[in-house]
Amino acid sequence: MDIVLTLSFRSIRLHGLRSILATLGIIIGVVAIASMGMMGANLDQLVTSQLSSLGNVLVVRAYTGPATGFEGLGGGGGGGGASSTLTSANFQTIQRVAEKYGTVYFLYTTNDIITIKGDEGFATIYGMTPESISKIFTLRNGTFPRTTGSAVIGPSLADRWDLKVGDHIKIGSAESSQETIRVAGILEPRGLSVDLNSDNAIIAPDKWYTNFYGGEGQYNQVNVAVTDIKDIQAANDAINNSLNHRKNVVSIFDSSRLLSTITSAIGSITAFVMAIAAISLLVAAVAIFNVMMMSVTERTHEIGILRSIGTQRKEIRKMFLYESLILGVIGAFIGAALSLLIGYTVVLLLVGNTEFFFTLQSFLPIGEAILVGILVTVLSGAYPAWKASNLNPIEALRAE
Amino acid sequence: MSNRPVIELDDVSKIYPLPSGNVVALDHLSLQIQEGEFVAIMGPSGSGKSTLLNQIGCLDVPTSGSVLIDGKNIGEMDDKDLTELRLSTIGYIFQNFNLIPLLNAYENVEYPYLMKYRKPDDSGKVTGLLQQVGIDPSLASHKPSELSGGQQQRVAIARSLVNDPKILLCDEPTGNLDSKTGGQIMEMINDLNRRGNTVIVVTHDMAVAGFAHRRINLQDGRIV
Ligand SMILES: Nc1ncnc2c1ncn2[C@@H]1O[C@H](COP(=O)(O)OP(=O)(O)OP(=O)(O)O)[C@@H](O)[C@H]1O
Ligand SMILES: [Mg+2]
Repeated sequence: MDIVLTLSFRSIRLHGLRSILATLGIIIGVVAIASMGMMGANLDQLVTSQLSSLGNVLVVRAYTGPATGFEGLGGGGGGGGASSTLTSANFQTIQRVAEKYGTVYFLYTTNDIITIKGDEGFATIYGMTPESISKIFTLRNGTFPRTTGSAVIGPSLADRWDLKVGDHIKIGSAESSQETIRVAGILEPRGLSVDLNSDNAIIAPDKWYTNFYGGEGQYNQVNVAVTDIKDIQAANDAINNSLNHRKNVVSIFDSSRLLSTITSAIGSITAFVMAIAAISLLVAAVAIFNVMMMSVTERTHEIGILRSIGTQRKEIRKMFLYESLILGVIGAFIGAALSLLIGYTVVLLLVGNTEFFFTLQSFLPIGEAILVGILVTVLSGAYPAWKASNLNPIEALRAE
Repeated sequence: MSNRPVIELDDVSKIYPLPSGNVVALDHLSLQIQEGEFVAIMGPSGSGKSTLLNQIGCLDVPTSGSVLIDGKNIGEMDDKDLTELRLSTIGYIFQNFNLIPLLNAYENVEYPYLMKYRKPDDSGKVTGLLQQVGIDPSLASHKPSELSGGQQQRVAIARSLVNDPKILLCDEPTGNLDSKTGGQIMEMINDLNRRGNTVIVVTHDMAVAGFAHRRINLQDGRIV
């Protein structure tokens, strides 16, 4: 082993307690940064997985003014008048340019009063072609609608009203017009989504919908379920170029934007808490600096000896940099090991889900914390090392 | 003994500026030492002996005048070259031994070799030197704190020789030793001079000075 490194090691060993205390600071700092980072990474992965069904849909609506960004969320274009619907020509254009990226389908939608077994309630009613219905949804039980008089319903609606396949629902208020529809199937839950929220809705064939509400060919919304999320921008551009080139006809809501907004918010919060955790490393830096300055002062005579028998300045510098580097590396790696344990606890308690704990993304903050920890020690050792190497040999020899 | 001066001081002054006024440690001092000479530097305390030795040992540069070692002016060298000179050309033996406390006897002797050649000594040179200065192999793994004063000085001599220096500088090498051990150490230094090393010894001790070819007496930074 390099003699200078040997000297660094022996100096650390000689001052065991002091070295341990300095290392402790680094350990705490690394654990704090790593576990906060791990918390963020796990939160991010959890949210991404729960919202990823949101991620691959383009929602196209008639242009009504500058986009506010979040109008898509909730999906109910309830009071949609004629001015805010898409024409079947629009739909065909979208279909033509975006079909190669995934499934393109239109939907009618409104909110209406429903009556079940004599009780009145409120639900979202969607009108879609039977082909789209069977393509987009999965059934929990029953079948997809085969006649215009039947529909599928969302699981929340079914559970709330205790509806079974074959039951009947009256749609519309008794004062105006009312029509009965048969429940053909009940859907699997789909969760919160930007394209359509089926869990609490009745999805009827488009023929039935336009017979009852009118407005055939005036779609409230056209969705493009993109097969590969990487194509989402290309699909967006294609629609934009074909419909909005002269004036804005449609507004396109890219659901992946919402996801990236949420994940970037999580990212900012994580960075913030990591920065707070990094303050503990600052304390560690002061401790290391202090220990190294003590070491330089105590070893002044030794430095004088080394210099007087022909040790170059840069070797002295190396000796002290090694010393702080060793403390940093030991501290950082002990800290990293502890981070696994403490990080797991933090994730369990604060995120409440450790499903994503053993992933690369979740372990990445440990690597970052190790690097930052080592960097901090080396930086705080830099001045003492420089000071040691610049001691005058004779004056250093004189010191006792 | 050749006639080429290996050490040449020309009109050298060393002034320490202190708040209480300048201290003139060396006062326009000129001196030549030939290769292979054995010189004793004597004089009362504070007369500038150590200061003079530090100039020759490249630990310090003069305030004015020139110091030439092997024909090269140390005043024109940077720290790196001066350090290199201390490593390879000059062997320094101190009154208080100045061994490296973290290294054992063997490692202390090997240290300058490692600094110079960047590889461990595999020729047995270190072991040979320890034997030559009378250090029992069983002591090789002892730290300086586990050695007697005489043993430490022997190790220090072995260390000063490991890079085959031309010049040996000794600042009161026997000052911390009893007279018997001091005598043995001086025999050893004398032996090195006989084998061709230029030796300069700073001493108060007439017995030590008795080994020298030439004595230089200092008083207030001047040769008298
Ligand atoms: N670093 C310094 N700063 C100020 N004055 C110094 C310094 N080093 C030496 N001196 C002064 O220079 C003069 C010569 O000192 P030096 O150490 O060379 O004496 P010396 O002859 O070796 O004495 P001794 O026999 O006691 O070792 C003294 O007056 C001393 O006080
Ligand atoms: Mg002296």
